[in-house]
Amino acid sequence: MAEEEDDIILSELPDEELVPQMHDDLYDGLKEEIEEGVNILLERGWAPYKILTEALVAGMTIVGKDFRDGILFVPEVLLAANAMKAGMAILKPLLAETGAPRMGKMVIGTVKGDIHDIGKNLVGMMMEGAGFEIIDLGINNPVENYLDAAAREEADIVGMSALLTTTMPYMKVVIDTMVEQGIRDNYIVMVGGAPLNEEFGKAIGADGYCRDAAVAVEMAKDFMSRKHNQMAAG
Amino acid sequence: MTGLPSDEALTETGLAPDARTGRILLLACGALAHEILALKSANGWDHMDLTCLPAKLHLYPDRIVTEVEKAIEKHRADYDQVFVVYADCGTGGQLRAACDRLGVDMVEGPHCYSFFEGNAAFAAKAEDEMTAFYLTDFLVKQFDAFVWKPMGLDRHPELRDMLFGNYTKLVYQAQTDDPALTDKARACADRLGLTFERRLTGYGDLAVALRALR
Repeated sequence: MAEEEDDIILSELPDEELVPQMHDDLYDGLKEEIEEGVNILLERGWAPYKILTEALVAGMTIVGKDFRDGILFVPEVLLAANAMKAGMAILKPLLAETGAPRMGKMVIGTVKGDIHDIGKNLVGMMMEGAGFEIIDLGINNPVENYLDAAAREEADIVGMSALLTTTMPYMKVVIDTMVEQGIRDNYIVMVGGAPLNEEFGKAIGADGYCRDAAVAVEMAKDFMSRKHNQMAAG
Repeated sequence: MTGLPSDEALTETGLAPDARTGRILLLACGALAHEILALKSANGWDHMDLTCLPAKLHLYPDRIVTEVEKAIEKHRADYDQVFVVYADCGTGGQLRAACDRLGVDMVEGPHCYSFFEGNAAFAAKAEDEMTAFYLTDFLVKQFDAFVWKPMGLDRHPELRDMLFGNYTKLVYQAQTDDPALTDKARACADRLGLTFERRLTGYGDLAVALRALR
């Protein structure tokens, strides 16, 4: 099998075989192959946005589904994410030049007291892949980090992540502060993290609880289109 | 009960209830079996029987609630009381809600690292210890099964800093005074690239909670 894979020369594959091969390579976390595939498609005249969505995001979506279904685990997802990141690094400077669609802007960070960032990083990467601009605040963020960045960046979405039962209540502190300051409705608030659930998201007053990165992307797109519709109607 | 169960069995399959002699069933995580049996033996708590669910459930916290609920339903008719020896364990309050719904009590605290140290003491230093990664006796012994392999570090050591880069130290919360285990814990810290600290906690609030069961 390994021998067979070694025989695959990406540059010799036609587009309709290269893209599924890139999905497989992403699934297997093969960073160098992804970089090579991206460069080949660019040389063939593919638009950077098309490569991003059809080769990388589509491949990572398969990874996300298999993670959700318990077929893949954290290490495999991290390797796939590393490969996707490498591909995105090539595309990123080109996306701006080629007028890729901008979906919206999201400020994202792990809450105060919490240093876990794997889920947050995955969400940020998939959101970026879906055309959102991401302002990553990193880990251990007090309320002012979220609010200052959201105001400064004129963000559409505030995303909060927590892995610990002990730190997830801090999300409510952030939302309550937004309410106190009369700015809650200025932002879509999305929350996620292993110990969270739908009920918790509702109880703290978030707009949405995201079970995983794929859900986060779909939810963000949905909220943004509703926001645009409201603005158009208003 | 004949002899102590192996750590591998406690990880993979758990522990069936002792021959029924007690009035109270302790329904525990396999990671706590040795500590509970030690406390039972030291204190002569013959009114308690012990059964454990596989410790590896911790790798999938979303399954803990369902499995605990099933076990309560399975055993409750045989005992006056079932006491759940799990903390919240990453269930986001769902385990407490299930226990309340079924009318059984459970150990207080967010996880075993907290109750071994004492929930109040642990909470007091939470902010200062945000970057600490904790291991108990059981987790030191089962480090490969619970940390190294599930995190893929046996196959992809290059992921170490992505997984543990935000941590700064490994705190070994020792339940027992065992130099060999301390050496192993120190080696675990080295493998993760973290500084090492040992803290003899004993059984902390676990002992308090079990002592209160009459």
